[in-house]
Amino acid sequence: MTGSGAASGTAKGSTGWLIRAARLAGAELADIVITDGLITETAPPGRAVAAGRQVLDADQLIALPGLVDLHTHLREPGREDAETIESGTAAAALGGYTAVHAMANTEPAADTAGVVEQIWRLGRQAGRCDVQPVGAVTAGLAGRQLAELGAMADSAARVRVFSDDGRCVSDAALMRRALEYVKAFGGVIAQHAQEPRLTEGAQVNEGEISGRLGLAGWPAVAEEAVIARDCLLAAQVDSALHVCHVSTAGSVEIIRWAKSKGWRVTAEVTPHHLLLTEELAAGYDPVYKVNPPLRTAADVAALRAGLADGTIDCVATDHAPHPVEDKETEWAAAAFGMTGLETALRVVHAAMVETGLLDWAGVAERMSARPAVIGRLAAGHGSQLTPGSPASLVLYDPAARDQVDPAAHASRSRNSPFAGMVLPGRVTATFLRGNATVLDGKLAR
Amino acid sequence: MNRHLISAADLSRDDALLVLDTAEELAQLAERPVRKLPTLRGRTVVNLFFEDSTRTRISFEAAAKRLSADVINFSAKGSSVAKGESLKDTALTLEAMGADAVVIRHGASGAPHRLAGWVRGSVVNAGDGTHEHPTQALLDAFTMRRRLGRLDGLRVTIVGDVLHSRVARSNVLLLDTLGAEVTLVAPPTLLPVAVTSWPCTTSYDLSAALPKSDVVMMLRVQQERMTGSYFPSVREYSRRYGLDADRMALLPEHAVVMHPGPMNRGVEIAAEVADSVRSTIVEQVANGVSVRMAVLYLLLGGAEGKQ
Repeated sequence: MTGSGAASGTAKGSTGWLIRAARLAGAELADIVITDGLITETAPPGRAVAAGRQVLDADQLIALPGLVDLHTHLREPGREDAETIESGTAAAALGGYTAVHAMANTEPAADTAGVVEQIWRLGRQAGRCDVQPVGAVTAGLAGRQLAELGAMADSAARVRVFSDDGRCVSDAALMRRALEYVKAFGGVIAQHAQEPRLTEGAQVNEGEISGRLGLAGWPAVAEEAVIARDCLLAAQVDSALHVCHVSTAGSVEIIRWAKSKGWRVTAEVTPHHLLLTEELAAGYDPVYKVNPPLRTAADVAALRAGLADGTIDCVATDHAPHPVEDKETEWAAAAFGMTGLETALRVVHAAMVETGLLDWAGVAERMSARPAVIGRLAAGHGSQLTPGSPASLVLYDPAARDQVDPAAHASRSRNSPFAGMVLPGRVTATFLRGNATVLDGKLAR
Repeated sequence: MNRHLISAADLSRDDALLVLDTAEELAQLAERPVRKLPTLRGRTVVNLFFEDSTRTRISFEAAAKRLSADVINFSAKGSSVAKGESLKDTALTLEAMGADAVVIRHGASGAPHRLAGWVRGSVVNAGDGTHEHPTQALLDAFTMRRRLGRLDGLRVTIVGDVLHSRVARSNVLLLDTLGAEVTLVAPPTLLPVAVTSWPCTTSYDLSAALPKSDVVMMLRVQQERMTGSYFPSVREYSRRYGLDADRMALLPEHAVVMHPGPMNRGVEIAAEVADSVRSTIVEQVANGVSVRMAVLYLLLGGAEGKQ
């Protein structure tokens, strides 16, 4: 085991921290000095002086820039039984996140300046993690007419990412208009790619498992056809497309092709699609029910390769909390979705680092720097741990290893597909602009 | 035997033969003046039917009663289920009543799997969504063996909506276990995309398959397929995949025609075929009771059934 991450306050009420002997992005050891919310110095270990700051002995823990999630369902307003901004941001902090993008499928939907500002304010009050609202593309997520994208962009919430996530903007003309319209304020359309007619009643990946289980299939083509169309539309109008939760090998190929053309296409993959496969549906336990569905081992391999070579820009959790009663049902009646904030870094560790596909600098790029850029976040998120940068960072113990226990999660919901799995790593501490949100693996306040 | 019968794949070859042999013995009972055994006296069997299926429910009810079990029929209609009670709460209610076996028919694939996690008694799948219907497969195998004397090497052709058929899934698995050779015949739209991974062969041409068939089993065409663009029209389906007298003539002389019911006469099967001497459709119903008796007997009948 490396350091406990336990902090020893030498001067209560001080504004700064001295983090001793952390491995910056998993590489060189350094002391990190934090003053007034900024990193003011990184020095060879033992060189920096506390000078009244609180000291945290990292003892070789990995220091990464604070993680940024492009795809979080915080459920508030409307489904506070599943998650609140308070509980969701606590879960985010415990997962090492310092910023999350709150998806728009709340009740009411985040389709007006008023709703996105409410979410943004609640996030500020929670204080543990920045909450950047995502705006709906269409009014009421109904797929018929554009929501007031400009009003959301101009609001205090400064919305730049727009998505009808959970519902695909399947109307090609509407998608084209959305892509065009957001160019006026540097926005991006994040598409949940799912051809609706090909996926009516769909429950699991279409293939051997769907046939055997007698569950309606969700074919890869329903994702890939929409991604291909959207890439072409983005090229046609020279706008920015972000592809949510890519789940198939074919999608990776299409995105690779679109990027080779120089088109403005980015993509994300979820932790669960990097680790889990469709066979888990065999017991009909809806904790494995998610949209897009878990796919095959070949898809998982292609997603990992795509994330490693940069075809897929980043990891996004699609953290989708649901109350127990929405999962303790027969498969078809259950809600789609899995929690993910508190396990994401550990899953990426298992799927990408332990397999040798990414080093920790690569993890920092894909879980912090790239999502911050794609999310058009204000300066400060995703920056490297260098003097002058905001002190938003996570300390991670790569040597820890234990079983995932959703009952111990800060999320209000328990629908983690990793329950009972042994995963590597532990988030030991998280700092948001110099404030500790997590210390010793627990919420700091 | 496993504690539950949820999938035909739960049955080993020995298990399946034990069910068929037991059913054969129990069938003798039907010819006696008192058609009742005391075997399951004091045991409770719940028929939990979330879908209307009078035929299957009556078959299980008769089977349980002939073994002297107490039978509780729990129909979703007009019950707490219709008022939004979850499957789990229904299961906990049955558990509190002390059900030794729950026979479940449900519109959702996998509902019996979920139920088995919530009750201590045995769960018998009486049809779940588009997944499986293992006692139907057992009664079909029983009927084939009675008519044709064997199952090993028997050539069985199953025709129709395989994609949505729980009868087809269970039959393919069970018949493979028992050594029969299964061919599925359907329009390509009504076969699962990964059907090549199933232990059977497939064909799009019914007339070509019939001369090589000892058994042909016609599946019901559900009303909702007729409007879902799975085929252009009922007439065209009937012409290409229906069994009429002309097609029946392509069968070897000894071959039998089966149908799990209820039939759409004039769609997948012509009336003169359904009523012909080759048809086993009425026998299948009678055999259903014997086979379901055997299943309940082996799952609940004491130590020898629970090894």
